[in-house]
Amino acid sequence: MISGNLPALQVVLPLFGAILCALARRGWLAWFIALVVSWIVPVIAVGMILQVLDSGPISYAMGGWTPPIGIEYRVDLLNAFVLLLISAVGAVMLPYANLSVQSEIDEDKQAWFYALYLLCLTGMLGIAITGDAFNAFVFLEVSSLSTYAMIALGKDRRALLAAYQYLIMGTIGATFYVIAIGILYSMTGTLNMVDMSNRLGDVATVRPLFAALAFLTVGISLKFALFPLHSWLPNAYAYAPTFATAFLAATATKAAVYLMLRFFFAVYGVAIVFGIHPVSEILIVLSILAMFAASIVAVFQDNIKRMLAYSSVAQIGYITLGFGLANAQGLTGAIVHLANHAVTKGALFLAVGGIVYRMGAARLEDFKGIGRQMPLTMAGFTIAGLSIIGVPGTAGFVSKWYLAIAALEQGWGWLVILLVLSSLISVIYIGRVVEMAYFREPEGKALEARDMPLSMMIPAWVMILGTIYFGVETSWTAGIAAQIANDLLAGVQ
Amino acid sequence: MAAFQELVQHYNSWIAIFLMVSGLYIVVARGNMVKKLVGLGLFQTSVYLIYLSPGKIIGGTPPILSDQYTVYSNPLPHVLILTAIVVGVATLALGLALVVRINEAFGSIEEDEIFEKDVEA
Amino acid sequence: MTSETLIILALAIPAVAVGIIPIFNSQPNLRETITLSAAGLLFMAIFTLLIRVLEGERPEVELIQVVPELPISFAVEPLGMIFAAVAGTLWIVNSIYSIGYMRGNNEPRQTPFYMCFALAISATMGIAFADNLFTLFLFYEILTLSTYPLVTHKGTDEARAGGRLYLVLLLGTSTVLLLPAIIWTWFLTGTLEFTPGGILGGKVDDLTLGLLLALYVFGIGKAAVMPVHAWLPAAMVAPTPVSALLHAVAVVKAGVFTMLKVVVYIFGIENLAATGAGDWLLYVAGFTVIMASVIALRQDNLKRRLAFSTISQLSYVVLATAILTPISAIGAAMHIAAHAISKITLFFAAGSVYTAAHVTEVSQMRGIGRKMPWTMTAFAIGGLSMIGLPLTAGFLGKWFILQGAVDSGKWFAVAVIVLSTILNAGYFLPVIVSSFLKPIDEKTSKDDTIFHNHGEAPLPIVIALTLTAAGTIALFIFPGALFDLASAMVDLGTEVTNIVPEPSTLPAGEIGYE
Repeated sequence: MISGNLPALQVVLPLFGAILCALARRGWLAWFIALVVSWIVPVIAVGMILQVLDSGPISYAMGGWTPPIGIEYRVDLLNAFVLLLISAVGAVMLPYANLSVQSEIDEDKQAWFYALYLLCLTGMLGIAITGDAFNAFVFLEVSSLSTYAMIALGKDRRALLAAYQYLIMGTIGATFYVIAIGILYSMTGTLNMVDMSNRLGDVATVRPLFAALAFLTVGISLKFALFPLHSWLPNAYAYAPTFATAFLAATATKAAVYLMLRFFFAVYGVAIVFGIHPVSEILIVLSILAMFAASIVAVFQDNIKRMLAYSSVAQIGYITLGFGLANAQGLTGAIVHLANHAVTKGALFLAVGGIVYRMGAARLEDFKGIGRQMPLTMAGFTIAGLSIIGVPGTAGFVSKWYLAIAALEQGWGWLVILLVLSSLISVIYIGRVVEMAYFREPEGKALEARDMPLSMMIPAWVMILGTIYFGVETSWTAGIAAQIANDLLAGVQ
Repeated sequence: MAAFQELVQHYNSWIAIFLMVSGLYIVVARGNMVKKLVGLGLFQTSVYLIYLSPGKIIGGTPPILSDQYTVYSNPLPHVLILTAIVVGVATLALGLALVVRINEAFGSIEEDEIFEKDVEA
Repeated sequence: MTSETLIILALAIPAVAVGIIPIFNSQPNLRETITLSAAGLLFMAIFTLLIRVLEGERPEVELIQVVPELPISFAVEPLGMIFAAVAGTLWIVNSIYSIGYMRGNNEPRQTPFYMCFALAISATMGIAFADNLFTLFLFYEILTLSTYPLVTHKGTDEARAGGRLYLVLLLGTSTVLLLPAIIWTWFLTGTLEFTPGGILGGKVDDLTLGLLLALYVFGIGKAAVMPVHAWLPAAMVAPTPVSALLHAVAVVKAGVFTMLKVVVYIFGIENLAATGAGDWLLYVAGFTVIMASVIALRQDNLKRRLAFSTISQLSYVVLATAILTPISAIGAAMHIAAHAISKITLFFAAGSVYTAAHVTEVSQMRGIGRKMPWTMTAFAIGGLSMIGLPLTAGFLGKWFILQGAVDSGKWFAVAVIVLSTILNAGYFLPVIVSSFLKPIDEKTSKDDTIFHNHGEAPLPIVIALTLTAAGTIALFIFPGALFDLASAMVDLGTEVTNIVPEPSTLPAGEIGYE
């Protein structure tokens, strides 16, 4: 009974959790509810991924209405991977939330914060699990709306501006997505992704489909902040409550990236997207611009949360670069970077969160002497920073390795050079924080700073050790990613 | 002449496109945050038309299963747009709430003025 | 205990020490005990391994496949064994010396110092035992990162600037040149395993081969081939034990070791010699040898003079590699060990002079040999070894390199070696002579209390430098194990067994072959 309804539970559970949180009113109670939900959700995801590995994709007819009429929840390896990624990140991070949220958000708003967090989780899991194109839009907006509100809860008043800006950009993106779905629907008469993919084969070359692809690409790119559509992201990440930043940085863009993967490779198919239209060229150019421009901007940031946000824009460039290369290695690199970047950036933000917790802010000067005052926190930051750089033995290296091999398969040696050059820029922006932390004398508040409390330290270090673990043992990341990439390229549904 | 006919025949699309572009223009060009949201609403509404207008068949009836009615309109776009309207309303509500809070915090809802103050902040 | 376990232990012992040292932050004596006992344990593990390798054993361990066909794996082969043995032995001596130096100079932040030091040793073991280029690269980078805090240890602006240059050059060259070369190699061959005879043979055209070699040569920044040598003098701001670590124990040795590994096991000596794709390397290395020596002549700062001497000596190894004969490759391997023990002696002596007399410039060292006879005698032995005189270890490697050069008709290399020997003598002999024979120059000793009232340096320092000086001579007298290992390295790749005589029966000075 339960094992049959896992796909529905995956989404329904956090949704009801959100309602409970809103009713709970008290911060600690809401936190506890969110914690329970966050810990159950990945168990469901693991259950499903095992099922998928064992016996192929799961198809779940929502409310008993059979697809393609009804909404289908369809779990194949790609979804299961994304579901597990998002839910596991949530589960690891949530214990961290309690103290971090207490220190940054007013008592009467804490319960709302957890309700928003669970809604956001619902939305992202929904995007990943649904097989219905319009349903995906609804979940996209569920997660986005809750994200806007979460960002607005940041204690700096600029958080409001960031949230507003994100709301405008995000809504435009979502509306573009709806336009694309409308055109696709009028051309194929279906909203079920599998069905749509089958019917698209007959009309592959007509112009409306090209228009739909364009709207889709721009709309989703806005959601995951592909350069140059990234302008909302740095402020949003910089001023949101630290826990929200860490969670969003690790997961939010990933759900949107998943949606793009799904449409490019499963609905449209490689032949149309990369064969007929110049998507590959566009993506590669934008990715390279992202890798360099965003990294260079990151070097000049004074607010470290903002610096890491720009770094995220650059890292998204690596993911889309893998799409653009559109071969098995590149796609593997892109998918594995979804996971690796989630773990790495999550770890970095959790470490920075510890500094915000002790110092009240995370400007560069707040890091003076932190290396001595908060040794474990700063050591963690350094290790995760190495993963952003892509030092071998860390998760970041594995992704870049695949991307480099993919570039060589295309015969593009220059791209390998660009890849390593862009990594060098990240050496600079990580390096200046590390230098500040270890080579300056602590002053002011920093003199009393100690490592963050255990309930924050443990989640942070789980993520930090994750960056090393996934840099060495990659069967759960690169292994599965390679399988997904092969399936996607072969057109397996 | 044929081209003109082509243009006229798709008048529904032209209306939608006009609304969409005006909406986007307002979002980009206006500095007043409420007006921006109005533009955003207009932009979203235009998309409703893109869905709804092809779904309507002239002379078509609601989809009632009966031998009397053979021509009927597709109900699904209506249902979808109902959902989209709900999302749109929620977005607008949240947007307006944010504007109220911004007004409280900065004392203005004009982007230029706020950015001036932000430099001081 | 199996040899496989010993390999893991060699990596794990210093790594575990990294974890234990901070626990005894406030009890320096216990903390130093940890370092010393880890060094002792490591020494035992390595020498058990050494004996087995000399008996012909070649243990291998594969830990994990990071990407299919990209494992982290270890294997002990002769060249790696030499490197590990050198580093493992010198860690003990260096630890003793560090204790004397760090306490004698009241250096701050000693706990992180010992932690980073142990981590660097662990990385060195990883490099020495790496079975493929990926594993080697992994530990190569860890070594860079773990030595960076050591270079910047003093925390002054100068130290930070030096450290930054160190990091940028080493990380920069390794990511921009070495990493693409590795990726390219993997792409071309599908493997990165160190294979006797090389893996690139027949897989690529000559031009690609030459280009790849260039990427490797300049990508391995730790080998300090000009123009990527600038980090080495810049890193001289570090405390002396760190300089010793950089120059003798780990860092630069890791560079030339990697170079030798890549040429012997990735390109293959015969392959490179046959295609001629590596001929240019001879000239680059030769140029570096001469240039660095000339610059060293002009340095008044003792440590900087030693630094340029190192650059020159490293390129000896590269030069030997580029001669592309088995006998010169043996010379290269032996020179790695010989240079390590001689250079560490020189640095210990320089640090000893600094600790006791606070003297850093050559011109201030007149007559200092009378006050510090042990230190300056050790310095003299190290210097003579650098010049390559018999009775010191430096003679061994040079002799073999010269043999290879003469034998293969590479007269350019011969000329370089001869000329550089003269230059070496030019910058070491004056120091030795003036420190013993000249009277103390009153004008240079501004602060009488410091200069006149010092004797020898603290005991741990004197013990350490005496040990290494003795080692420099001992290695000349008993080169058997070293030679066995070095020749075993090329035995695997090419058939030279018949032209190299039985080493154990020969006195070291007369090794030759017909």
